[in-house]
Amino acid sequence: MKNFKRLLHNFAFTAGLTLTVLLVVVALAAPLISPYDPDVQDTARRLEGPSAQHLLGLDDLGRDVASRIIWGARVSLRVGFSVVFLAASIGIALGAISGYYGGTVDTIIMRITDILLAFPGILLAIALVAVLGPSINNVILALATIGWVGYARLVRGQVLKVREMEYVTAARALGARSPRVIVLHVLPNVINPVIVMATLGLAGAILSEAALSFLGLGVQPPTPSWGAMLTEGRRYLGLANHLAIYPGIAIMAAVMGLNFLGDGLIDALDPKYRKEM
Amino acid sequence: MTQYIIRRFLQMIPITLGILTLVFSLIHLIPGDPALQIAGENARPEDVAAVRKALGLDKPLWTQYVDYLGNVAHGDFGRSFSTNESVAQQIRQRYPATLELAFGSMLVALIVAFPLGIVSAIWRNSWIDNLARFFALIGVSMPSFWFGPLLIIAFAIDLPWFPVSGRDQGLRSLVLPAVTMGLALSAILTRMIRVSLAEELTQLYVTTAVAKGVGRVRAIFRHALKNALIPVITVLALQFGSLLTGAIITEQIFSWPGLGRLLITSISSRDYPQVQASILVIALTYILMNFIADLFYGVVDPRIKLE
Repeated sequence: MKNFKRLLHNFAFTAGLTLTVLLVVVALAAPLISPYDPDVQDTARRLEGPSAQHLLGLDDLGRDVASRIIWGARVSLRVGFSVVFLAASIGIALGAISGYYGGTVDTIIMRITDILLAFPGILLAIALVAVLGPSINNVILALATIGWVGYARLVRGQVLKVREMEYVTAARALGARSPRVIVLHVLPNVINPVIVMATLGLAGAILSEAALSFLGLGVQPPTPSWGAMLTEGRRYLGLANHLAIYPGIAIMAAVMGLNFLGDGLIDALDPKYRKEM
Repeated sequence: MTQYIIRRFLQMIPITLGILTLVFSLIHLIPGDPALQIAGENARPEDVAAVRKALGLDKPLWTQYVDYLGNVAHGDFGRSFSTNESVAQQIRQRYPATLELAFGSMLVALIVAFPLGIVSAIWRNSWIDNLARFFALIGVSMPSFWFGPLLIIAFAIDLPWFPVSGRDQGLRSLVLPAVTMGLALSAILTRMIRVSLAEELTQLYVTTAVAKGVGRVRAIFRHALKNALIPVITVLALQFGSLLTGAIITEQIFSWPGLGRLLITSISSRDYPQVQASILVIALTYILMNFIADLFYGVVDPRIKLE
Protein backbone atom coordinates (compact mmCIF):
# COMPACT_ATOMS: atom_id res chain seq x y z
CA MET A 1 0.00 0.00 0.00
CA LYS A 2 2.85 2.35 0.85
CA ASN A 3 4.36 1.48 -2.49
CA PHE A 4 1.08 2.22 -4.19
CA LYS A 5 0.80 5.69 -2.63
CA ARG A 6 4.33 6.46 -3.70
CA LEU A 7 3.46 5.24 -7.18
CA LEU A 8 0.62 7.70 -7.51
CA HIS A 9 3.25 10.46 -7.45
CA ASN A 10 4.84 8.82 -10.47
CA PHE A 11 3.46 10.65 -13.51
CA ALA A 12 3.77 7.77 -15.95
CA PHE A 13 2.03 5.33 -13.62
CA THR A 14 -0.83 7.72 -12.85
CA ALA A 15 -1.27 8.49 -16.53
CA GLY A 16 -1.24 4.76 -17.27
CA LEU A 17 -3.77 4.01 -14.56
CA THR A 18 -6.05 6.83 -15.74
CA LEU A 19 -5.94 5.69 -19.36
CA THR A 20 -6.56 2.06 -18.38
CA VAL A 21 -9.49 2.90 -16.11
CA LEU A 22 -10.90 5.09 -18.88
CA LEU A 23 -10.56 2.22 -21.35
CA VAL A 24 -12.35 -0.21 -19.06
CA VAL A 25 -15.12 2.27 -18.21
CA VAL A 26 -15.68 3.12 -21.88
CA ALA A 27 -15.87 -0.58 -22.75
CA LEU A 28 -18.28 -1.41 -19.93
CA ALA A 29 -20.47 1.65 -20.41
CA ALA A 30 -20.53 1.46 -24.22
CA PRO A 31 -24.33 1.03 -24.47
CA LEU A 32 -24.83 4.05 -22.23
CA ILE A 33 -22.29 6.50 -23.59
CA SER A 34 -22.23 5.59 -27.27
CA PRO A 35 -24.05 8.44 -29.05
CA TYR A 36 -25.37 6.19 -31.86
CA ASP A 37 -25.87 2.53 -32.64
CA PRO A 38 -22.47 1.49 -34.08
CA ASP A 39 -24.11 -0.52 -36.88
CA VAL A 40 -26.77 1.94 -38.05
CA GLN A 41 -25.94 3.27 -41.51
CA ASP A 42 -26.69 6.69 -42.87
CA THR A 43 -25.44 6.07 -46.40
CA ALA A 44 -26.47 9.50 -47.63
CA ARG A 45 -23.85 11.03 -45.35
CA ARG A 46 -21.07 8.46 -45.80
CA LEU A 47 -17.45 9.64 -45.29
CA GLU A 48 -18.68 12.92 -43.80
CA GLY A 49 -16.05 14.60 -41.61
CA PRO A 50 -16.38 15.49 -37.92
CA SER A 51 -19.29 17.76 -37.04
CA ALA A 52 -21.24 18.78 -33.92
CA GLN A 53 -23.65 15.93 -34.60
CA HIS A 54 -21.00 13.31 -35.29
CA LEU A 55 -17.93 14.34 -33.31
CA LEU A 56 -15.53 12.02 -35.13
CA GLY A 57 -17.39 11.88 -38.43
CA LEU A 58 -18.98 9.02 -40.36
CA ASP A 59 -17.37 6.01 -42.03
CA ASP A 60 -17.67 4.56 -45.53
CA LEU A 61 -21.10 3.10 -44.73
CA GLY A 62 -22.29 6.21 -42.91
CA ARG A 63 -21.81 4.77 -39.41
CA ASP A 64 -20.80 7.01 -36.51
CA VAL A 65 -17.02 6.69 -35.98
CA ALA A 66 -17.11 7.75 -32.31
CA SER A 67 -19.69 5.06 -31.50
CA ARG A 68 -17.68 2.43 -33.33
CA ILE A 69 -14.53 3.39 -31.45
CA ILE A 70 -16.43 3.15 -28.14
CA TRP A 71 -17.82 -0.30 -29.02
CA GLY A 72 -14.43 -1.27 -30.41
CA ALA A 73 -12.99 -0.88 -26.91
CA ARG A 74 -15.14 -3.88 -25.93
CA VAL A 75 -13.62 -6.04 -28.64
CA SER A 76 -10.09 -4.97 -27.72
CA LEU A 77 -10.61 -5.68 -24.05
CA ARG A 78 -12.46 -8.92 -24.66
CA VAL A 79 -9.59 -10.21 -26.78
CA GLY A 80 -6.99 -8.78 -24.41
CA PHE A 81 -8.43 -10.27 -21.24
CA SER A 82 -9.25 -13.63 -22.83
CA VAL A 83 -5.76 -13.97 -24.27
CA VAL A 84 -4.07 -13.01 -21.02
CA PHE A 85 -6.34 -15.32 -18.99
CA LEU A 86 -5.78 -18.30 -21.29
CA ALA A 87 -2.07 -17.70 -21.81
CA ALA A 88 -1.42 -17.11 -18.12
CA SER A 89 -3.42 -20.17 -17.04
CA ILE A 90 -1.67 -22.49 -19.46
CA GLY A 91 1.71 -20.89 -18.88
CA ILE A 92 1.48 -20.93 -15.09
CA ALA A 93 0.31 -24.56 -15.03
CA LEU A 94 2.97 -25.82 -17.44
CA GLY A 95 5.70 -23.64 -15.95
CA ALA A 96 4.92 -24.84 -12.43
CA ILE A 97 4.84 -28.47 -13.50
CA SER A 98 8.03 -28.04 -15.49
CA GLY A 99 9.92 -26.34 -12.68
CA TYR A 100 8.58 -28.43 -9.83
CA TYR A 101 8.97 -31.90 -11.31
CA GLY A 102 11.96 -31.34 -13.61
CA GLY A 103 13.21 -34.32 -15.62
CA THR A 104 11.63 -35.42 -18.90
CA VAL A 105 8.46 -33.33 -18.45
CA ASP A 106 10.63 -30.26 -18.00
CA THR A 107 12.74 -31.07 -21.05
CA ILE A 108 9.71 -31.58 -23.30
CA ILE A 109 7.95 -28.39 -22.17
CA MET A 110 11.12 -26.33 -22.46
CA ARG A 111 11.92 -27.61 -25.96
CA ILE A 112 8.42 -26.64 -27.06
CA THR A 113 8.95 -23.15 -25.66
CA ASP A 114 12.31 -22.98 -27.48
CA ILE A 115 10.63 -23.62 -30.81
CA LEU A 116 7.77 -21.21 -30.14
CA LEU A 117 10.22 -18.50 -29.06
CA ALA A 118 12.36 -19.02 -32.15
CA PHE A 119 9.27 -18.48 -34.30
CA PRO A 120 8.41 -14.80 -34.67
CA GLY A 121 5.23 -14.39 -32.58
CA ILE A 122 2.92 -12.49 -34.89
CA LEU A 123 3.89 -14.77 -37.79
CA LEU A 124 2.71 -17.83 -35.89
CA ALA A 125 -0.52 -16.05 -34.99
CA ILE A 126 -1.04 -15.18 -38.66
CA ALA A 127 -0.33 -18.79 -39.63
CA LEU A 128 -2.84 -20.16 -37.13
CA VAL A 129 -5.59 -17.72 -38.07
CA ALA A 130 -4.86 -18.43 -41.74
CA VAL A 131 -5.74 -22.09 -41.32
CA LEU A 132 -8.40 -21.82 -38.61
CA GLY A 133 -10.23 -18.99 -40.36
CA PRO A 134 -10.59 -15.35 -39.30
CA SER A 135 -12.81 -14.83 -36.25
CA ILE A 136 -12.53 -13.24 -32.84
CA ASN A 137 -12.27 -16.63 -31.11
CA ASN A 138 -9.53 -17.85 -33.42
CA VAL A 139 -7.60 -14.63 -32.81
CA ILE A 140 -7.84 -15.29 -29.07
CA LEU A 141 -6.75 -18.90 -29.59
CA ALA A 142 -3.82 -17.91 -31.82
CA LEU A 143 -2.58 -15.19 -29.49
CA ALA A 144 -2.88 -17.46 -26.45
CA THR A 145 -0.91 -20.15 -28.30
CA ILE A 146 2.05 -17.81 -28.65
CA GLY A 147 1.44 -16.01 -25.35
CA TRP A 148 1.72 -18.82 -22.79
CA VAL A 149 5.42 -19.34 -23.42
CA GLY A 150 6.51 -16.22 -21.56
CA TYR A 151 4.50 -17.13 -18.44
CA ALA A 152 5.76 -20.71 -18.50
CA ARG A 153 9.38 -19.57 -18.63
CA LEU A 154 8.86 -16.98 -15.91
CA VAL A 155 7.00 -19.29 -13.55
CA ARG A 156 9.40 -22.17 -14.13
CA GLY A 157 12.36 -19.97 -13.24
CA GLN A 158 10.69 -18.73 -10.07
CA VAL A 159 9.54 -22.21 -9.08
CA LEU A 160 13.09 -23.53 -9.43
CA LYS A 161 14.17 -20.91 -6.90
CA VAL A 162 11.24 -21.31 -4.49
CA ARG A 163 11.33 -25.12 -4.63
CA GLU A 164 14.54 -25.17 -2.61
CA MET A 165 13.19 -22.87 0.12
CA GLU A 166 12.86 -24.29 3.60
CA TYR A 167 9.14 -23.66 3.93
CA VAL A 168 8.54 -25.85 0.89
CA THR A 169 10.71 -28.61 2.31
CA ALA A 170 8.81 -28.21 5.58
CA ALA A 171 5.43 -28.50 3.86
CA ARG A 172 6.56 -31.66 2.11
CA ALA A 173 8.00 -33.09 5.30
CA LEU A 174 4.61 -32.54 6.90
CA GLY A 175 3.12 -34.76 4.23
CA ALA A 176 1.70 -32.23 1.75
CA ARG A 177 1.27 -33.69 -1.74
CA SER A 178 2.87 -32.04 -4.77
CA PRO A 179 -0.22 -30.29 -6.19
CA ARG A 180 -0.95 -28.83 -2.75
CA VAL A 181 2.63 -27.65 -2.33
CA ILE A 182 2.59 -26.04 -5.78
CA VAL A 183 -0.73 -24.26 -5.36
CA LEU A 184 -0.46 -23.22 -1.71
CA HIS A 185 3.24 -22.59 -1.25
CA VAL A 186 4.99 -22.11 -4.55
CA LEU A 187 2.53 -20.12 -6.68
CA PRO A 188 1.76 -17.30 -4.22
CA ASN A 189 5.43 -16.49 -4.34
CA VAL A 190 5.56 -16.10 -8.10
CA ILE A 191 2.35 -14.16 -8.56
CA ASN A 192 3.80 -10.62 -8.56
CA PRO A 193 5.96 -10.94 -11.67
CA VAL A 194 3.05 -12.74 -13.34
CA ILE A 195 0.77 -9.73 -12.68
CA VAL A 196 3.35 -7.45 -14.27
CA MET A 197 3.70 -9.73 -17.27
CA ALA A 198 -0.08 -9.95 -17.61
CA THR A 199 -0.48 -6.15 -17.66
CA LEU A 200 2.15 -5.77 -20.36
CA GLY A 201 0.66 -8.82 -22.11
CA LEU A 202 -2.73 -7.13 -22.20
CA ALA A 203 -1.18 -4.25 -24.14
CA GLY A 204 0.54 -6.71 -26.45
CA ALA A 205 -2.66 -8.66 -27.08
CA ILE A 206 -4.65 -5.50 -27.87
CA LEU A 207 -1.96 -4.42 -30.31
CA SER A 208 -1.78 -7.86 -31.93
CA GLU A 209 -5.56 -8.07 -32.28
CA ALA A 210 -5.52 -4.68 -33.99
CA ALA A 211 -2.69 -5.84 -36.27
CA LEU A 212 -4.47 -9.07 -37.21
CA SER A 213 -7.76 -7.23 -37.79
CA PHE A 214 -5.88 -4.66 -39.89
CA LEU A 215 -4.60 -7.53 -42.04
CA GLY A 216 -8.18 -8.78 -42.40
CA LEU A 217 -7.43 -11.84 -40.27
CA GLY A 218 -9.14 -10.77 -37.08
CA VAL A 219 -12.54 -9.57 -36.10
CA GLN A 220 -14.90 -9.67 -39.07
CA PRO A 221 -17.35 -6.95 -40.12
CA PRO A 222 -19.67 -5.52 -39.00
CA THR A 223 -18.24 -5.97 -35.47
CA PRO A 224 -16.34 -2.76 -34.73
CA SER A 225 -12.61 -3.35 -34.17
CA TRP A 226 -10.00 -0.60 -34.10
CA GLY A 227 -7.64 -2.52 -36.38
CA ALA A 228 -10.35 -3.26 -38.95
CA MET A 229 -11.45 0.39 -38.83
CA LEU A 230 -7.90 1.38 -39.82
CA THR A 231 -8.07 -0.96 -42.81
CA GLU A 232 -11.22 0.81 -43.98
CA GLY A 233 -9.58 4.15 -43.24
CA ARG A 234 -6.59 3.25 -45.39
CA ARG A 235 -8.89 2.91 -48.40
CA TYR A 236 -10.14 6.47 -48.06
CA LEU A 237 -6.87 8.29 -47.33
CA GLY A 238 -7.09 11.78 -48.79
CA LEU A 239 -10.89 11.55 -49.02
CA ALA A 240 -11.77 10.94 -45.40
CA ASN A 241 -8.64 11.12 -43.27
CA HIS A 242 -10.62 11.04 -40.04
CA LEU A 243 -11.25 7.32 -40.65
CA ALA A 244 -7.54 6.58 -40.35
CA ILE A 245 -6.72 9.07 -37.59
CA TYR A 246 -9.15 8.41 -34.71
CA PRO A 247 -9.06 4.61 -34.37
CA GLY A 248 -5.26 4.89 -34.29
CA ILE A 249 -5.42 7.35 -31.40
CA ALA A 250 -7.61 4.87 -29.52
CA ILE A 251 -5.13 2.02 -30.07
CA MET A 252 -2.17 4.11 -29.07
CA ALA A 253 -3.84 5.47 -25.93
CA ALA A 254 -4.86 1.99 -24.81
CA VAL A 255 -1.47 0.44 -25.48
CA MET A 256 0.50 3.31 -23.95
CA GLY A 257 -1.75 3.37 -20.89
CA LEU A 258 -1.27 -0.33 -20.21
CA ASN A 259 2.46 -0.14 -20.83
CA PHE A 260 2.83 2.74 -18.38
CA LEU A 261 0.75 0.86 -15.85
CA GLY A 262 2.84 -2.29 -16.26
CA ASP A 263 6.04 -0.29 -15.94
CA GLY A 264 4.79 1.31 -12.72
CA LEU A 265 3.72 -2.06 -11.34
CA ILE A 266 7.22 -3.42 -11.88
CA ASP A 267 8.53 -0.89 -9.38
CA ALA A 268 5.70 -1.49 -6.93
CA LEU A 269 5.34 -5.26 -7.01
CA ASP A 270 8.64 -6.61 -8.07
CA PRO A 271 11.67 -4.34 -8.30
CA LYS A 272 13.87 -7.35 -9.04
CA TYR A 273 11.93 -8.05 -12.22
CA ARG A 274 13.30 -4.93 -13.91
CA LYS A 275 16.79 -6.32 -13.66
CA GLU A 276 15.73 -9.65 -15.07
CA MET A 277 14.16 -7.92 -18.06
CA MET B 1 35.54 -19.84 -31.69
CA THR B 2 35.06 -22.57 -34.30
CA GLN B 3 33.73 -24.82 -31.57
CA TYR B 4 31.26 -22.15 -30.53
CA ILE B 5 30.04 -21.66 -34.09
CA ILE B 6 29.59 -25.39 -34.54
CA ARG B 7 27.76 -25.77 -31.24
CA ARG B 8 25.52 -22.80 -31.96
CA PHE B 9 24.86 -24.20 -35.42
CA LEU B 10 23.94 -27.60 -34.04
CA GLN B 11 21.49 -25.91 -31.67
CA MET B 12 19.75 -24.49 -34.70
CA ILE B 13 18.97 -27.93 -36.13
CA PRO B 14 16.22 -29.03 -33.69
CA ILE B 15 14.66 -25.57 -33.81
CA THR B 16 14.65 -25.57 -37.61
CA LEU B 17 13.14 -29.05 -37.59
CA GLY B 18 10.55 -27.89 -35.08
CA ILE B 19 9.57 -25.00 -37.31
CA LEU B 20 9.40 -27.25 -40.37
CA THR B 21 7.10 -29.59 -38.41
CA LEU B 22 4.97 -26.68 -37.30
CA VAL B 23 4.61 -25.33 -40.84
CA PHE B 24 3.94 -28.84 -42.17
CA SER B 25 1.16 -29.42 -39.65
CA LEU B 26 -0.56 -26.13 -40.54
CA ILE B 27 -2.49 -27.71 -43.39
CA HIS B 28 -3.71 -30.45 -41.05
CA LEU B 29 -5.04 -27.86 -38.62
CA ILE B 30 -7.63 -26.73 -41.15
CA PRO B 31 -10.92 -27.65 -39.49
CA GLY B 32 -12.73 -30.53 -41.18
CA ASP B 33 -11.41 -32.06 -44.38
CA PRO B 34 -8.60 -29.80 -45.66
CA ALA B 35 -9.12 -30.95 -49.24
CA LEU B 36 -12.83 -30.08 -49.08
CA GLN B 37 -12.08 -26.72 -47.47
CA ILE B 38 -9.55 -25.87 -50.17
CA ALA B 39 -11.66 -27.07 -53.07
CA GLY B 40 -14.69 -25.25 -51.69
CA GLU B 41 -17.91 -26.48 -50.05
CA ASN B 42 -19.69 -26.93 -53.38
CA ALA B 43 -16.86 -28.67 -55.20
CA ARG B 44 -17.52 -31.93 -57.01
CA PRO B 45 -16.13 -35.06 -55.31
CA GLU B 46 -13.62 -35.60 -58.09
CA ASP B 47 -12.26 -32.05 -57.63
CA VAL B 48 -11.88 -32.67 -53.91
CA ALA B 49 -10.07 -35.92 -54.70
CA ALA B 50 -7.80 -34.07 -57.14
CA VAL B 51 -6.89 -31.50 -54.47
CA ARG B 52 -6.26 -34.28 -51.98
CA LYS B 53 -3.95 -35.99 -54.44
CA ALA B 54 -2.16 -32.79 -55.46
CA LEU B 55 -1.36 -32.04 -51.81
CA GLY B 56 -0.43 -35.63 -51.10
CA LEU B 57 -3.13 -35.73 -48.42
CA ASP B 58 -4.13 -39.23 -49.58
CA LYS B 59 -0.83 -40.65 -48.32
CA PRO B 60 -0.11 -41.69 -44.72
CA LEU B 61 0.85 -38.77 -42.49
CA TRP B 62 4.39 -40.01 -41.96
CA THR B 63 5.01 -40.31 -45.71
CA GLN B 64 3.60 -36.81 -46.20
CA TYR B 65 6.00 -35.48 -43.59
CA VAL B 66 9.07 -37.14 -45.07
CA ASP B 67 8.04 -36.01 -48.57
CA TYR B 68 7.59 -32.48 -47.28
CA LEU B 69 11.04 -32.34 -45.69
CA GLY B 70 12.59 -33.80 -48.85
CA ASN B 71 10.86 -31.29 -51.10
CA VAL B 72 11.80 -28.33 -48.91
CA ALA B 73 15.41 -29.52 -48.84
CA HIS B 74 15.33 -29.36 -52.65
CA GLY B 75 13.77 -25.92 -52.60
CA ASP B 76 10.53 -27.32 -53.95
CA PHE B 77 7.50 -25.72 -52.30
CA GLY B 78 4.94 -27.06 -54.74
CA ARG B 79 2.70 -25.09 -57.08
CA SER B 80 0.45 -22.18 -56.29
CA PHE B 81 -3.27 -23.04 -56.35
CA SER B 82 -4.24 -19.71 -57.81
CA THR B 83 -1.57 -19.17 -60.49
CA ASN B 84 -0.21 -22.71 -60.91
CA GLU B 85 3.26 -21.17 -60.92
CA SER B 86 6.10 -22.63 -58.89
CA VAL B 87 5.88 -21.25 -55.35
CA ALA B 88 9.67 -21.15 -55.06
CA GLN B 89 9.72 -18.91 -58.13
CA GLN B 90 7.19 -16.53 -56.55
CA ILE B 91 9.20 -16.39 -53.35
CA ARG B 92 12.40 -15.65 -55.25
CA GLN B 93 10.66 -12.77 -57.01
CA ARG B 94 9.25 -11.27 -53.82
CA TYR B 95 12.14 -11.79 -51.44
CA PRO B 96 14.39 -8.96 -52.70
CA ALA B 97 11.60 -6.41 -52.18
CA THR B 98 11.23 -7.45 -48.55
CA LEU B 99 14.99 -7.34 -47.98
CA GLU B 100 15.16 -3.92 -49.60
CA LEU B 101 12.46 -2.68 -47.24
CA ALA B 102 14.20 -4.22 -44.22
CA PHE B 103 17.56 -2.66 -45.08
CA GLY B 104 15.92 0.65 -45.93
CA SER B 105 14.23 0.82 -42.56
CA MET B 106 17.43 -0.15 -40.81
CA LEU B 107 19.17 2.74 -42.53
CA VAL B 108 16.40 5.12 -41.46
CA ALA B 109 16.70 3.86 -37.90
CA LEU B 110 20.47 4.40 -37.87
CA ILE B 111 20.22 7.90 -39.33
CA VAL B 112 17.74 8.91 -36.63
CA ALA B 113 19.11 6.98 -33.67
CA PHE B 114 22.80 7.83 -33.86
CA PRO B 115 22.69 11.61 -33.52
CA LEU B 116 19.76 11.47 -31.10
CA GLY B 117 21.30 8.75 -28.92
CA ILE B 118 24.75 10.36 -28.81
CA VAL B 119 23.45 13.84 -28.05
CA SER B 120 21.19 12.62 -25.25
CA ALA B 121 23.98 10.53 -23.73
CA ILE B 122 26.32 13.53 -23.66
CA TRP B 123 23.77 16.01 -22.34
CA ARG B 124 21.82 13.73 -20.03
CA ASN B 125 18.58 15.13 -18.56
CA SER B 126 18.78 18.20 -20.78
CA TRP B 127 15.80 19.25 -22.86
CA ILE B 128 17.19 17.44 -25.87
CA ASP B 129 17.54 14.25 -23.82
CA ASN B 130 13.93 14.56 -22.68
CA LEU B 131 12.88 15.14 -26.26
CA ALA B 132 14.76 12.02 -27.35
CA ARG B 133 13.12 9.98 -24.61
CA PHE B 134 9.71 11.26 -25.59
CA PHE B 135 10.45 10.33 -29.18
CA ALA B 136 11.54 6.86 -28.11
CA LEU B 137 8.31 6.43 -26.17
CA ILE B 138 6.17 7.48 -29.12
CA GLY B 139 8.26 5.35 -31.44
CA VAL B 140 7.68 2.11 -29.58
CA SER B 141 4.01 2.77 -28.84
CA MET B 142 2.88 3.87 -32.28
CA PRO B 143 1.55 0.94 -34.30
CA SER B 144 2.95 0.90 -37.83
CA PHE B 145 -0.53 0.40 -39.27
CA TRP B 146 -1.41 3.82 -37.89
CA PHE B 147 1.89 5.63 -38.47
CA GLY B 148 2.02 4.48 -42.11
CA PRO B 149 -1.37 5.95 -43.09
CA LEU B 150 -0.49 9.18 -41.25
CA LEU B 151 2.71 9.45 -43.31
CA ILE B 152 0.71 8.84 -46.48
CA ILE B 153 -1.73 11.63 -45.57
CA ALA B 154 1.11 14.07 -44.81
CA PHE B 155 3.78 13.24 -47.41
CA ALA B 156 1.96 11.55 -50.26
CA ILE B 157 -1.39 13.35 -50.34
CA ASP B 158 -1.14 16.76 -48.64
CA LEU B 159 2.44 17.23 -49.79
CA PRO B 160 2.76 14.97 -52.85
CA TRP B 161 6.46 14.22 -52.40
CA PHE B 162 6.29 10.44 -52.36
CA PRO B 163 4.03 7.86 -54.01
CA VAL B 164 1.07 6.55 -51.98
CA SER B 165 1.94 2.93 -52.67
CA GLY B 166 3.85 0.49 -54.87
CA ARG B 167 7.53 0.02 -55.61
CA ASP B 168 7.87 1.36 -59.14
CA GLN B 169 9.45 4.75 -58.38
CA GLY B 170 12.77 3.48 -57.03
CA LEU B 171 14.09 5.22 -53.96
CA ARG B 172 11.12 7.56 -53.75
CA SER B 173 8.84 4.56 -53.28
CA LEU B 174 11.02 3.20 -50.52
CA VAL B 175 11.07 6.29 -48.28
CA LEU B 176 7.64 6.15 -46.61
CA PRO B 177 7.54 2.37 -46.02
CA ALA B 178 11.11 2.45 -44.69
CA VAL B 179 10.31 5.33 -42.33
CA THR B 180 7.15 3.54 -41.16
CA MET B 181 9.04 0.38 -40.37
CA GLY B 182 12.15 2.14 -39.12
CA LEU B 183 10.34 4.22 -36.49
CA ALA B 184 10.09 1.54 -33.81
CA LEU B 185 13.63 0.35 -34.45
CA SER B 186 15.01 3.88 -34.27
CA ALA B 187 13.28 4.34 -30.92
CA ILE B 188 14.83 1.14 -29.56
CA LEU B 189 18.27 2.03 -30.95
CA THR B 190 18.15 5.58 -29.57
CA ARG B 191 17.55 4.18 -26.10
CA MET B 192 20.29 1.58 -26.52
CA ILE B 193 22.87 4.10 -27.75
CA ARG B 194 21.99 6.53 -24.96
CA VAL B 195 22.27 3.98 -22.17
CA SER B 196 25.32 2.29 -23.58
CA LEU B 197 27.29 5.47 -24.35
CA ALA B 198 26.32 7.13 -21.08
CA GLU B 199 27.75 4.15 -19.25
CA GLU B 200 31.00 4.16 -21.24
CA LEU B 201 31.42 7.88 -20.59
CA THR B 202 31.68 7.19 -16.86
CA GLN B 203 34.52 4.69 -17.37
CA LEU B 204 38.02 5.50 -16.20
CA TYR B 205 39.62 5.09 -19.62
CA VAL B 206 37.59 8.03 -20.91
CA THR B 207 38.65 10.18 -17.95
CA THR B 208 42.25 9.08 -18.53
CA ALA B 209 42.07 9.97 -22.21
CA VAL B 210 40.70 13.43 -21.41
CA ALA B 211 43.31 13.92 -18.66
CA LYS B 212 46.07 13.03 -21.11
CA GLY B 213 44.95 15.84 -23.35
CA VAL B 214 42.75 14.06 -25.87
CA GLY B 215 39.93 16.46 -26.73
CA ARG B 216 36.51 15.63 -25.29
CA VAL B 217 35.03 15.16 -28.73
CA ARG B 218 37.80 12.75 -29.67
CA ALA B 219 37.43 10.91 -26.36
CA ILE B 220 33.75 10.43 -27.03
CA PHE B 221 33.91 9.44 -30.65
CA ARG B 222 37.19 7.54 -30.85
CA HIS B 223 37.19 5.88 -27.46
CA ALA B 224 33.80 5.63 -25.79
CA LEU B 225 31.56 5.26 -28.82
CA LYS B 226 33.48 2.26 -30.13
CA ASN B 227 32.80 0.30 -26.95
CA ALA B 228 29.27 1.60 -26.67
CA LEU B 229 28.50 0.18 -30.08
CA ILE B 230 28.88 -3.47 -29.10
CA PRO B 231 25.43 -3.97 -27.57
CA VAL B 232 23.96 -1.68 -30.21
CA ILE B 233 25.20 -3.85 -33.07
CA THR B 234 23.82 -6.95 -31.40
CA VAL B 235 20.42 -5.38 -30.94
CA LEU B 236 20.50 -4.23 -34.53
CA ALA B 237 21.19 -7.74 -35.80
CA LEU B 238 18.55 -9.25 -33.52
CA GLN B 239 16.01 -6.67 -34.64
CA PHE B 240 16.57 -7.45 -38.29
CA GLY B 241 14.56 -10.60 -37.78
CA SER B 242 11.69 -8.61 -36.31
CA LEU B 243 11.82 -6.25 -39.26
CA LEU B 244 10.90 -9.18 -41.49
CA THR B 245 7.70 -9.79 -39.56
CA GLY B 246 7.06 -6.05 -39.35
CA ALA B 247 7.26 -6.08 -43.14
CA ILE B 248 4.07 -8.16 -43.29
CA ILE B 249 2.09 -5.16 -42.03
CA THR B 250 4.09 -2.41 -43.70
CA GLU B 251 3.90 -4.14 -47.08
CA GLN B 252 0.15 -4.32 -46.67
CA ILE B 253 -0.12 -0.57 -45.91
CA PHE B 254 1.93 0.48 -48.93
CA SER B 255 1.02 -2.38 -51.32
CA TRP B 256 4.74 -3.20 -51.34
CA PRO B 257 5.24 -6.32 -53.47
CA GLY B 258 7.22 -8.35 -50.96
CA LEU B 259 6.96 -11.64 -49.14
CA GLY B 260 4.60 -10.28 -46.47
CA ARG B 261 2.08 -9.14 -49.03
CA LEU B 262 2.41 -12.46 -50.82
CA LEU B 263 1.58 -14.18 -47.54
CA ILE B 264 -1.52 -12.08 -46.89
CA THR B 265 -2.85 -12.35 -50.44
CA SER B 266 -2.30 -16.10 -50.46
CA ILE B 267 -4.15 -16.41 -47.14
CA SER B 268 -7.18 -14.64 -48.56
CA SER B 269 -7.12 -16.81 -51.69
CA ARG B 270 -6.59 -19.96 -49.55
CA ASP B 271 -3.45 -20.73 -51.49
CA TYR B 272 -2.00 -23.00 -48.81
CA PRO B 273 1.26 -24.10 -50.49
CA GLN B 274 2.12 -20.42 -50.90
CA VAL B 275 1.07 -19.65 -47.31
CA GLN B 276 3.25 -22.44 -45.96
CA ALA B 277 6.25 -21.45 -48.05
CA SER B 278 6.06 -17.74 -47.18
CA ILE B 279 5.79 -18.49 -43.48
CA LEU B 280 8.65 -20.95 -43.65
CA VAL B 281 10.96 -18.57 -45.50
CA ILE B 282 10.24 -15.67 -43.14
CA ALA B 283 10.73 -17.88 -40.08
CA LEU B 284 13.97 -19.40 -41.37
CA THR B 285 15.40 -15.99 -42.25
CA TYR B 286 14.51 -14.85 -38.75
CA ILE B 287 16.36 -17.77 -37.15
CA LEU B 288 19.34 -17.31 -39.43
CA MET B 289 19.57 -13.60 -38.53
CA ASN B 290 19.46 -14.41 -34.82
CA PHE B 291 22.22 -16.97 -35.36
CA ILE B 292 24.36 -14.36 -37.14
CA ALA B 293 23.64 -11.84 -34.38
CA ASP B 294 24.92 -14.32 -31.81
CA LEU B 295 28.10 -14.96 -33.75
CA PHE B 296 28.62 -11.27 -34.27
CA TYR B 297 28.33 -10.66 -30.58
CA GLY B 298 31.23 -13.00 -29.97
CA VAL B 299 33.37 -11.51 -32.76
CA VAL B 300 33.04 -7.80 -31.93
CA ASP B 301 33.72 -8.16 -28.23
CA PRO B 302 36.61 -10.47 -27.38
CA ARG B 303 35.80 -9.95 -23.68
CA ILE B 304 32.71 -12.06 -24.13
CA LYS B 305 33.57 -15.64 -23.39
CA LEU B 306 31.92 -17.95 -25.84
CA GLU B 307 30.68 -20.63 -23.55
